[in-house]
Amino acid sequence: MPGEFIDIRVDAKVAKNATLARKLAEICPVSIFISPDEGSGDGIAIDESNLDECVLCDLCLQAAPKGKIKIVKLYE
Amino acid sequence: MRFYEYEAKALFQKHGLPLGQSKLIDNSSGAPNQARAAFKSLDCGPVVLKSQVLSGGRMKAGAVQFADTADEAGEAAKAILPIEVNGQKCRSILVEEKTPIEQEYFVAITWDGRAKRPVCVFSDMGGIDIEEVAEKNPEHVSKTHFSSILPLTPRIAKEAVGATGVSGSDLNKLAPIVFKLMQIFLKYDLTLAEINPLAKLKDGRFLVLDGHIDMEAEARGNHKALLDELGIGDEETRQGRPPTEFELAGARVNAADHRGVAGNVVEFDGNLGLVIGAGGGSLTLFDAIRDHGGEPANYCEIGGNPSMSKAKELTKLILSKPGVEKIAVMMNVVSNTRVDIVARGVIKGCLEAGKDPAETIAIFRIPGAWEEEGFKILEKYGVDYCDRTVSMYDAAGRAVAKMQS
Ligand code: SF4
Repeated sequence: MPGEFIDIRVDAKVAKNATLARKLAEICPVSIFISPDEGSGDGIAIDESNLDECVLCDLCLQAAPKGKIKIVKLYE
Repeated sequence: MRFYEYEAKALFQKHGLPLGQSKLIDNSSGAPNQARAAFKSLDCGPVVLKSQVLSGGRMKAGAVQFADTADEAGEAAKAILPIEVNGQKCRSILVEEKTPIEQEYFVAITWDGRAKRPVCVFSDMGGIDIEEVAEKNPEHVSKTHFSSILPLTPRIAKEAVGATGVSGSDLNKLAPIVFKLMQIFLKYDLTLAEINPLAKLKDGRFLVLDGHIDMEAEARGNHKALLDELGIGDEETRQGRPPTEFELAGARVNAADHRGVAGNVVEFDGNLGLVIGAGGGSLTLFDAIRDHGGEPANYCEIGGNPSMSKAKELTKLILSKPGVEKIAVMMNVVSNTRVDIVARGVIKGCLEAGKDPAETIAIFRIPGAWEEEGFKILEKYGVDYCDRTVSMYDAAGRAVAKMQS
């Protein structure tokens, strides 16, 4: 489920990439991504309750292959 | 952060200010016996017993009593114990020698916000309301500014005392006391150091009879050694009254998340909730609301880039206060707080409180970092907002007008 203001869409091609999932969990400053090491499965997992904390820093976009993660501003 | 009288006096004593003999007794059921024992051990004749509370009005409430014998001291302690002064319970009782007074003086060091310097207010008409003296007998009150940066010299204290016409040996005895108070004020980052009354005794000596100390709350860390020495714990907020449930809930909101500040609230009786802050903006905006005839439900401080959830929880708390109809979200121009994050927080707070943000947020005036993004969010939810071309004063006026329409 999206947040009130922000949604994050992950391309199916990288959704199961555990290395990327770990990297995202490490870099996101507001803990939107959950590391597979925390029992979230073997791919990219998102803490939906935290989506609206996104500070639009783009670090996740830079860490992922181009275009594979999208930050959607639901107010636009 | 306010000190009890006995703590203020302990600080004065540490710095050599002249004090009468005293004993502190606790607020237990054994206080009357302790008072009797204190009377005997002081062995100074008549005493005064003073309830230790953080509020003024002790004399009027009957929480200051006199005793000529040990038994009278016991009775006085028994009478003082249950008395609440402006909602404050007796923390302990100070038993102090009662001294024969010839004249009372007033001296206070505080900050003059307009002059941006400390000011020493001195009067040779102490023991009574200084504002009244200033109004009726202005020639008996001197105001002397001094620098908090340049070295402090005794000459400034002498000027302050002499300006009220005090001269000769009284001037020579009073000036060092005033000078020490100025030094204490600067050394401990105080916002108020007051002695009232400062008494001249019949034998020509001067004594500090009562004192008030307020320390800047932000400076507590710098003076931990002193606070430990005085037994003031980290958990003691030391405001003029105990915090309300609303204020405690605000402190919990603030403490739950380390990001930024949002939750330092002070409760008022009005109907307009305030989410305000930024570099003195809180005080300016609060005053502006009142100046326009509005009735704030709270004072608060937000800043330092609080998270969305912190702004949300603060909004929900303010909206949960009975009688609050709308909130005004206003700050000075912000550089270290994100406009869009605060916008998200207050809107989500309204939604989770079951309220329409467009109806509930009377005005949103936070210009600064990420304002375009913030304004997009506000537009989507139909919230009335303005940018920096609208002054804080005018924004407050818009909020008040909505409350009155
Ligand atoms: S843009 Fe930044 S804050 Fe938002 S999800 Fe990506 S890394 Fe996290």
